[in-house]
Amino acid sequence: MKKDIILAGVGGQGILTIATIIGMAALSEDLQLKQAEVHGMSQRGGDVQSHLRISSDPIASDLIPEGGADLIISVEPMEALRYFNMLNKKSGWLISSINPFKNIKDYPELEDILKEIWKLPRYVTLDADKMAREQGSIRGANIVVLGAASPYLGLKESSLKEAIKTLFGKKGQDLIDLNLKAFDAGKEFSLNSNS
Amino acid sequence: MKKLLLLGDEAIAQGAIDAGLSGVFAYPGTPSTEITEYIRASQEAKNKGIVAEWSANEKTAMETALGMSYAGKKAMVCMKHVGLNVAADAFMNAAITGSHGGLVVVSADDPSMHSSQNEQDSRFFGKFAQIPVLEPSNQQEAYNMTYYSFLLSEKLGTPVLMRITTRLAHSRSGVIRKEILPQNNLSLPSDLKQFVLLPSIARKQYNTLISKQRIFEQESTESGHNHFIEGKDKSMGIIACGISYNYLLENYTQQTIPYPVLKISQYPVEKTLVKKLYDEVESILILEEGYPILEELIRGLLDEGKKIKGRMDGTLPRTGELNPNYVAKALGMNYEEGYDIPKTLKARPPVLCDGCSHWDSYYALNEALEPYSKGRVLSDIGCYTLGALPPLNAINSCVDMGASITMAIGAAEAGLVPAVAVIGDSTFTHSGMTGLLDAVNRKVPITVMLLDNSTTAMTGGQDSPGFGHLESIIKGLGVEEEHIRIIKPLRRHHEENVAIIKEEISYNGVSVVIPRRECVQTLAKRMKLKHAKDKMQKESQSSKK
Ligand SMILES: Cc1ncc(C[n+]2csc(CCOP(=O)(O)OP(=O)(O)O)c2C)c(N)n1
Ligand code: SF4
Repeated sequence: MKKDIILAGVGGQGILTIATIIGMAALSEDLQLKQAEVHGMSQRGGDVQSHLRISSDPIASDLIPEGGADLIISVEPMEALRYFNMLNKKSGWLISSINPFKNIKDYPELEDILKEIWKLPRYVTLDADKMAREQGSIRGANIVVLGAASPYLGLKESSLKEAIKTLFGKKGQDLIDLNLKAFDAGKEFSLNSNS
Repeated sequence: MKKLLLLGDEAIAQGAIDAGLSGVFAYPGTPSTEITEYIRASQEAKNKGIVAEWSANEKTAMETALGMSYAGKKAMVCMKHVGLNVAADAFMNAAITGSHGGLVVVSADDPSMHSSQNEQDSRFFGKFAQIPVLEPSNQQEAYNMTYYSFLLSEKLGTPVLMRITTRLAHSRSGVIRKEILPQNNLSLPSDLKQFVLLPSIARKQYNTLISKQRIFEQESTESGHNHFIEGKDKSMGIIACGISYNYLLENYTQQTIPYPVLKISQYPVEKTLVKKLYDEVESILILEEGYPILEELIRGLLDEGKKIKGRMDGTLPRTGELNPNYVAKALGMNYEEGYDIPKTLKARPPVLCDGCSHWDSYYALNEALEPYSKGRVLSDIGCYTLGALPPLNAINSCVDMGASITMAIGAAEAGLVPAVAVIGDSTFTHSGMTGLLDAVNRKVPITVMLLDNSTTAMTGGQDSPGFGHLESIIKGLGVEEEHIRIIKPLRRHHEENVAIIKEEISYNGVSVVIPRRECVQTLAKRMKLKHAKDKMQKESQSSKK
């Protein structure tokens, strides 16, 4: 088992939460893990990414090779484009929210972004903000995206949910429930979308 | 033992704790910050009474660690690569004094300049000081080698430099701990003149350092950190330093590496290992993260030996960090490329946060400077450096910490009046105070905008060393009280702020304007913490009922 995952977003959007949950789930299944994060300058509203590698065998590089990612998980549509070069052409999936984070003047038309994503053979695009709101709070949008990616992670759903419970445990049952619902909503959408 | 999931930085921290560390001193800087933060947050470190403090700058941190080593205890000092420039005087001379308690200096390099002004290679500094340098390739090695460095330092009486780069610093992986060693007791060096670098003693000490060089080389081999891996295909040999070893391995996950490989993680490198490789292969590929240091050495000035491939002949890029793909290309291997990046994609540079006080400070400064020609604002390093980018376009320099005030002095003395310096509170206490003293002593007409957001924001909001007494420092340095002006950087005070800045700019002497408002990120963090504490208190009260 080996999954190379690029997590993408904008500084402050909290992609590390997703990385942490996947990481915890992978460890609970006794897998090896490497996770390269971005700290520093770009965290101020710039583009950020994390290379997350999980495998049953030892992992060498902290960085995923170009063209080697099994999965790109993006919480922002334009940021998904930034890592097209990383995606494995034979089998890679791209999971992205369609909710733009516009903090630059020349942000492209959403349609033009989606057109590029929809050219790929394997993708899931979803309105994570709306789905999270339907489950109770827009704060669950990250977890909706994680849910949508979950069928392609090669991890057990129960491990991921346990990780969510552990991570949000301190913050109370309400938040756990909210995030579990957000996860399920994302997962259902993903399984029913026929790209 | 259970594996801990640690960043490279955290692995260094845990390695130091387990090796019997008594104190860590540091000034924050990406990608080194998380080492000290980890120890500061560690309950285990607290229980052991380990001192973990932010210092005013890297030089004070280095000297504090040296003092702790003098007193017989194990000490560590951490910084980003350019911090070692600031600490250089202490660092170079600590190599001459040698250490007493184990002394480890960690310098985290930032090739590709993700968050830095340059990509200098700290291994060079290690060579300059002529002390052992460790360069781990992964998190486990970062842990092991930190632990080892303390032992090595105590065994040979020398400071040891630990060099890591951004990728290792900020990547997480499983780490297994070793046996936990006790801290040292307080003890003084047997020779109480060891640390007195009077010329007569320094000459002796320097000779001692020189005489240890051979031992340092032998240690690099005997430690096992540099080792030879046999390979059948002698058409090429590979030398892989530090993290580049991982990129090499990444290209051989399905098969063993056919070539002989020399893995390097400790310097100075012993000649015999390199010679063994050199003699048995036709050409050598050298993989180094950073400067081509080993490559230059092996090529020599004349470069007339066997074919050497590396960063200097274009086999690998001359600048920036390596990755598995660059190494694949250097090995002549093909890899499956991904998709082309669509042209629709736009750059997304970092920006100041919404609500950041620096916005309001710059809006006011820009307006106050409108009557003058452009190019008068010398600035510094911190979040506020983002004021250089549109839409603000407010500053004209960012060189090294503290350079705003001193460059403004030079520009003013060249005739650029008015000249303005823009500097953050943490940067001011790091390296701005001495420059301000120069300005006061020479009555140079500059206005210093001291952006006080009460924190070291750029690196994640560490305490700012001048917090609560900036005015008294400035007054103490001799700035006249009526020209120390505190303003509130808020939109509703804009007109008033512009007027005050204008007044001070037109003053023919040293003036300091302090826009003071807390960084919104630290404020939010503080509120969250307070909220959590209040909640806990309430809960414990109600459970008592
Ligand atoms: C010698 C050196 N040490 C550390 C750093 C990393 N660094 C850059 S800016 C900064 C802190 C800036 O704090 P402050 O001046 O208060 O400005 P703020 O970010 O809060 O706006 C640090 C630690 C550096 N670039 N150079
Ligand atoms: S972290 Fe603080 S100082 Fe830095 S941009 Fe954000 S609000 Fe401003």
